[in-house]
Amino acid sequence: MGGKSEPAKSESMATTTTSPDLINSSFFSFKSLKLKTKQQELLLRIAILGLVYILAFIARLFSVLRYESMIHEFDPYFNYRTTLFLTEKGFYEFWNWFDSESWYPLGRIIGGTLYPGLMVTAALIYWALRFLRFFVHIREVCVLTAPFFASNTTLVAYFFGKEIWDTGAGLVAAVLIAICPGYISRSVAGSYDNEAVAIFALLLTFYLFVKAVNTGSLAWALGSAFGYFYMVSAWGGYVFIINLVPLYVLVLLITGRYSMRLYIAYNCMYILGMLLAMQIRFVGFQHVQSGEHMGAMGVFLLMQVFYFLDWVKYQLNDTKLFQTFLRITVTSAILVGGIALGVGTASGYISPWTGRFYSLLDPTYAKDHIPIIASVSEHQPTAWSSFMFDYHILLFLFPAGLYFCFKRLSDATIFIVMYGLTSLYFAGVMVRLILVATPAVCLISAIAVSATVKNLTSLLRTKQKVSQTGSTKGAGSSKASSKVTLDQSQPFQKNGAIALLVGVFYLLSRYAIHCTWVTSEAYSSPSIVLAARGAHGNRILFDDYREAYYWLRQNTPTDAKIMSWWDYGYQITAMGNRTVIVDNNTWNNTHIATVGRAMSSNEDEAYEIMRSLDVNYVLVVFGGVTGYSSDDINKFLWMVRIGGGVFPVIKEPDYLVNGEFRVDKGASPKMLNCLMYKLCYYRFGELTTEYGKPPGYDRARGGEIGNKDIKLEHLEEAYTTSNWIVRIYRVKPPTNRL
Amino acid sequence: MKQSSVVDLLLLLLTIAVLATPAFSDLVLSKVERRIDVTSQFARVTKTLKVVNPGSESVSEFMLIFPKFLGNNLAYLSVKTKRPVANLSVKKADPKGIPDSISVYSVGLPKTLSKGDTLTLEVVATFTNVLQPFPEKITQGEIHLVMLQESSQYLSPYTVESQSLSIKLPNARIESYSKLENTKLQGSELKYGPYKNLSPFSYSPIVVHFESKAAFSVAEKLVREIEVSHWGNVQVTEHYNVVHRGAQLKGEFSRLDFQARPNPRGASAFRHLLARLPPRAHSIYYRDDIGNISTSEMQSDSKKTELLIEPRFPLFGGWKTFFTIGYGLPLSDFLFASEGKRFVNISFGSPMIDLVTEKLIVQVVLPEGSKDISVTTPFAVKQSREIKYSHLDIAGRPVVVLEKDNVVLDHNQHIQVYYKFSNINLLSEPLMLISGFFVLFITCIIYTRADFSISKSSPTYLAKLQWDEVLATLQEVQSIIQKCLAAHDKLEASLRDLSRTGDIQTCKAARKSTDSLLKDLSKELKPLQGFLQSSPSASHISPKVEELVVKEKELQEKLMAKHTTVVEGYEKKSSGRDIENRIASQQQKIIALRQEIEDLLEFIDEI
Repeated sequence: MGGKSEPAKSESMATTTTSPDLINSSFFSFKSLKLKTKQQELLLRIAILGLVYILAFIARLFSVLRYESMIHEFDPYFNYRTTLFLTEKGFYEFWNWFDSESWYPLGRIIGGTLYPGLMVTAALIYWALRFLRFFVHIREVCVLTAPFFASNTTLVAYFFGKEIWDTGAGLVAAVLIAICPGYISRSVAGSYDNEAVAIFALLLTFYLFVKAVNTGSLAWALGSAFGYFYMVSAWGGYVFIINLVPLYVLVLLITGRYSMRLYIAYNCMYILGMLLAMQIRFVGFQHVQSGEHMGAMGVFLLMQVFYFLDWVKYQLNDTKLFQTFLRITVTSAILVGGIALGVGTASGYISPWTGRFYSLLDPTYAKDHIPIIASVSEHQPTAWSSFMFDYHILLFLFPAGLYFCFKRLSDATIFIVMYGLTSLYFAGVMVRLILVATPAVCLISAIAVSATVKNLTSLLRTKQKVSQTGSTKGAGSSKASSKVTLDQSQPFQKNGAIALLVGVFYLLSRYAIHCTWVTSEAYSSPSIVLAARGAHGNRILFDDYREAYYWLRQNTPTDAKIMSWWDYGYQITAMGNRTVIVDNNTWNNTHIATVGRAMSSNEDEAYEIMRSLDVNYVLVVFGGVTGYSSDDINKFLWMVRIGGGVFPVIKEPDYLVNGEFRVDKGASPKMLNCLMYKLCYYRFGELTTEYGKPPGYDRARGGEIGNKDIKLEHLEEAYTTSNWIVRIYRVKPPTNRL
Repeated sequence: MKQSSVVDLLLLLLTIAVLATPAFSDLVLSKVERRIDVTSQFARVTKTLKVVNPGSESVSEFMLIFPKFLGNNLAYLSVKTKRPVANLSVKKADPKGIPDSISVYSVGLPKTLSKGDTLTLEVVATFTNVLQPFPEKITQGEIHLVMLQESSQYLSPYTVESQSLSIKLPNARIESYSKLENTKLQGSELKYGPYKNLSPFSYSPIVVHFESKAAFSVAEKLVREIEVSHWGNVQVTEHYNVVHRGAQLKGEFSRLDFQARPNPRGASAFRHLLARLPPRAHSIYYRDDIGNISTSEMQSDSKKTELLIEPRFPLFGGWKTFFTIGYGLPLSDFLFASEGKRFVNISFGSPMIDLVTEKLIVQVVLPEGSKDISVTTPFAVKQSREIKYSHLDIAGRPVVVLEKDNVVLDHNQHIQVYYKFSNINLLSEPLMLISGFFVLFITCIIYTRADFSISKSSPTYLAKLQWDEVLATLQEVQSIIQKCLAAHDKLEASLRDLSRTGDIQTCKAARKSTDSLLKDLSKELKPLQGFLQSSPSASHISPKVEELVVKEKELQEKLMAKHTTVVEGYEKKSSGRDIENRIASQQQKIIALRQEIEDLLEFIDEI
């Protein structure tokens, strides 16, 4: 009976296998078009990459569609202003630009205190487009620079993934990084910040370096040096590269993976990269003089020692003799290096680590020593929720990826593991460094996904064959029979694999949904324009910032000096086109502390300070009417802390009641009479903000204010925006003495 | 009162007194009616003049004169006759003997007036900046008071027999006015006259001080760019520098007071501007240097499109703002053809109501390649030409630039820009794009096909070449094996046919053709195999290929054997069951072999 059924089965199988050929012969024209498997794969790969490239770009356009094509947040406005200057005045003017519109009366040497990479990139794109006869506005170029570079990053991620694992992992990495919220948060359209191009440069440098290590080719090392140069020109985060790469080299040396390839790659990259980096004025000689860069130099010297030892080993045939020699050389090299570092540091030639660097290594350092760093919300330690928010499934794919990396350890996987672990530590220290960790997390997770899917699908495929050969009743080879036994040991292997695959794709689709949701809800707001839902579900826009800045731009004398907290400095100079006392480039702590002191003093004292700074207008941000919580009153304690850090007259406890910060009747008298309080709540006591609440009810803090009868003596209200978010006061000239 | 205007007035009176011999003809104005409308920010004067020529000489020219301080602010002047309705030409004249404090305009009459002829002239004149805010600075809560200086008597070089003046004031407070004889205030209308038999150059100054609620919105500069695209759109972009020219705000601006209900303070400010755009205007935007402004409303019907825009902040006296509005218009409404030429027929002034433009620049951007450009305007404007570069332009687009100072609503008349344009030029930009992409793809093709290696003799290059060759050979081997397999399938099919029809001859024929085909294929396979064996870079592949070929041979033999068995069985007329039993073992081997071959093929495929 069995014999009867089998031929029938085989026949039916024969027909199924022949059917493609039959189709091909019947549609002969298609046969000539049929691609070889290799070509098919290439076509698929290019198509996927092309789609990912486009996806990465359009996923970042939510903000343009929801709001408009505009520059976001704070720092981007400075970048935009400088780019505008660059395109209008040319590179030399830009390089030598002394900006008298900020940090009045000190001014700022723009060319020497910025990373010009972003501006030059945008300007080059702009000029290229103009050359190609596309007369776009520089603003559009600036707005779309970040998405464009995000797209390019996906390509680099693909090549990087291909280099450390295989093409599949590369493709998955490209897809993951294209929509990863951790990266999107800094690269949506309009987020024209250094990070936009820096992540591309960072990943490119790493990729080229790994490629150089893998191939030992000078060309790739050279490429990596130039990638490093681009990174240095774009972002201060280059310090991460110049510390991670030596650390990686050191690990390779310790684990006995020293090779000529490594020697070539590192030396070329370090020497050329250093020389190139010195061309950036803001970095200058830091490469040979600052503590942060000494690790790289130490490893460079160590490489030479290794090379030398290798040579000696080759010359000496006696292992015992070599061991002694090795001991002596290594000790003396370390000694010499240590002494040189000690002398350099003691003599002041080598500067010690900066506060920022310390605060990266030790999360609690900034809180105690540098309030100005700690005051920035994006410098806070990361909460678990934001990891989950920014990484979603990558968070648990990451350890899986690490497992695969350790399973197939190579120079490249060691690199990605080190990159992943170090950057993840930094991401835990500071929220904004999630960005740096994102490419590594994506790559390692991509390895996990790709390896898992590959294993599962191969399981499925072999399973089918086994069942076919299995039906031939032991006529198959020994290989087939072994598979049969395997099959028998795990009876639900096929079903299990299918279930797992479905699970993987379910997770990935959840990831895609989560990313889109996060992008559209959380990361696409320009933060200049605030949106809220009205009572009838309609969308209400609070455009108060621009209202105020535009009022400044149009209706104040062109040489007016505006005092505000430093957060708004860049926006005032860029949108208001007026001189500010302090801005987001927090280079002079004393100056900021002076402003903090003025804000926290009473009006008379503040007036003296403002007179000494030639202030004409004071701008405060106030959310009491709209319930906008990130206003100056909520930032006020930082002003007190920063002011008090330089001027001990200002004491934080004076503004607190039992360690509590309050603005109502129970607030401390100093608080009720300081300049910031008065400017925010001037005439607010007469306004009814919410039905059923007494006049002067502060919606941002949910309480009735304590001082409703505010009289201003030296200032007068010059302008208040329609929702009271920005209030501008004019500083009156001193009254004539009688 | 403004110091300068006082001096002006005194000077004027002085010169009028000094004026001895009038250099004008002896016309007589039998009746003059003047109506001055000051409900808006400018003064619009309508005059009806009845001209009689009592003298003997016939006259073809009529003189209109204004005191200089008015004449300097004259924005618009038109003179018409009622019967027949005709516009008369007006030009600025500078006759001798007239003092500097008087501006003279000469009107060319439609026909010469001979003795005793009468003619009625309708004069419309619009003056800007004649309503002086007084006081010049007010606080937020105060009302906006302005002052008008005029003469109760009509200033004319001719004798006026009878005249009257009425001033239409806004419906609000009137602070004071000059009380002369025959002065009457009826509601918001102030009347002077009638006055009889006044000699030439009579002048009696009056001052009216009243509250104005009008928006004193002045565009210091307005640039209108009208870009004509023959793809069906006229894009208008207007850049406004608006200032409030009323009394300046002094002291605080209090948002609380401004928003207070029920008594908001800040009546002197204006919040809105209304633009009346042509019908079918679309893609309207409203923005400024720092981005989009979201406070605007639009209403449209078949006659017009009304755009109500609200600047970012309310404009108090002396406050300025700058913004841009833009809109698209359907080309068919504005582009016409006449005598082989095309012409754009479009409104000259700003679509904003109640806006005085101090300097208007209209730039009409014509498509690239337009020729023979000429402009006709209903009034004199300054013309110049420019070139503008826009997307995908090579030669640039010709721009007609028209400039005019002091433009009011009366200037919203159509201008015509004539030009020649050939439709073929339309295709140039798409063609450019197409050729750009074409070049891009061609370079890609060349790049992938051509060999760019520098050193043709380097070992890596040679190895690569060899490897390519190996791959190509492998591909051939694969295709041959596939063909073999197809032949096998054909053989199997013939067997199936046999079992169905029992036609042994066709089956044998099929066998024969397959045999010869397989022989040919194996012949083809030989040199390829040889190449793979000899090639060093294929060393790890050639055993597999070898195995593949051997397996394939084996399969062939088995299949042939099976075929022979089956055919023989049929020839012997054995039962189907019998044949099946006989070939069962062969069949199993065939399937196994086939599977192995496919595995091998897959393996080779993955190289």
